Amino acid sequence: MSAPVSAAGRRPPRVLYCNCTYAKVVPPEVKSEVLAGLCRSELAFDSVADLCELSARQDPALRRIAEGGEVTIVACYPRAVRWLFHAGRTPLPEQGGEILNMREQGSEEILSRLVQLGGTNQATDR
Amino acid sequence: MTVVPTARQRTGKAGTGGGSRGSAEPGLRIVLYEGAESTPLEPERRLRIVAGLLEAGYQVTRVVAGGEVAPADQSPVLALGQFDRGRAPTAASAQGTQLRFLDVADLEPEQLLAAVAGVCEELEVSEPGGWTPWFPVIDYERCTNCMQCLSFCLFDVYGVDDDSKIQVQNQSNCKTNCPACSRVCPEAAIMFPKYKSGPINGDVVREEDLDRESMKVDISSLLGGDIYSALRNRQREARERFSTERDESRALLERKRCLAKLQKDLDIPSEVLMSLPSAGDIEERARRAREKRKQRLERSKSVQDQRRIAPSEDDWGI
Repeated sequence: MSAPVSAAGRRPPRVLYCNCTYAKVVPPEVKSEVLAGLCRSELAFDSVADLCELSARQDPALRRIAEGGEVTIVACYPRAVRWLFHAGRTPLPEQGGEILNMREQGSEEILSRLVQLGGTNQATDR
Repeated sequence: MTVVPTARQRTGKAGTGGGSRGSAEPGLRIVLYEGAESTPLEPERRLRIVAGLLEAGYQVTRVVAGGEVAPADQSPVLALGQFDRGRAPTAASAQGTQLRFLDVADLEPEQLLAAVAGVCEELEVSEPGGWTPWFPVIDYERCTNCMQCLSFCLFDVYGVDDDSKIQVQNQSNCKTNCPACSRVCPEAAIMFPKYKSGPINGDVVREEDLDRESMKVDISSLLGGDIYSALRNRQREARERFSTERDESRALLERKRCLAKLQKDLDIPSEVLMSLPSAGDIEERARRAREKRKQRLERSKSVQDQRRIAPSEDDWGI
């Protein structure tokens, strides 16, 4: 079966959500609203408890995320995310993909961006 | 609760006893299965399941017909779903993947977590958690390999690779909530992604940050280049001063004041100061570092000698 295509005619992005489980630096309401939006949407997604932990463990999950093609990562600061993958011995590809920052961007903005990137409109339904 | 061990394909992959930092062994991948032979989850229940598992430290993938997720690899997979009549669907699992099914139809959140922990035990995959992932992450686009961080950190977090390039080698030695090494980095190249403020948390480095960075404590220049000999000199001078002045309480006050200033400037948690290595440990570390440096120099000298011995184009008269 081919991937669902949005009104914009794009394939839904591959999405990775980081829950930053072991710290309280991401506003909790942003985290919970983004996760709720993803769970209510028709988007497939990968989610991890904490990218920092995977990086420290050099967990193979980083490899499957980085090497599986273009991915939109919903986590924290792009510079941190990029070098976390590098520290985990699996650098992200130079081109393609996008990192959305839950420490700076609001849930509405992030979910809208996911829709814009090719998701379905249900991601923003409340 | 039904754990259905179908489509099990043990192939001797390296998934046993994994989970230690730097182990490169796969953790359990949990997949929410809502396809054929199952009833899709209600959105709110889906959210509760995913959020609960993430909070417990697991990785969760939600698959949707036609949607893309990270490809399968050698990680063991646990598929959760509401299976028709409690029976797992016929699975076409990837080669070499250990696969389990868990029917979640009647499971309360706590029961689900207990069942997942049981699967981890059965598959000999370590359960997540147990360590706060606080450690430095180097931005190699900024790093100049100046080794200030290596000299500064007393907990052996940093080391060098075979090419003498700085790297983080012992993440778990790092003291939680201590960002001090990032504050001595002259290039703002060291991040702690869980730190409260930028640029240490990974936020972009601005001109004013660099101005601030340049005002930071440059430990080695402060102490005259060689930290260890400077420490020894200071200790000797202090001893001599004590013997002449006999004013230990004043010296102690001075030391406390210096320590408090350092703690404040570098944002060092009190627990870290309480757990500093002893003078003997520091001396031993310095000895090991000198030994390593000597070995590296000898290695590089021997490579240069070999290059000299090897005939060049000139030797062949070309």
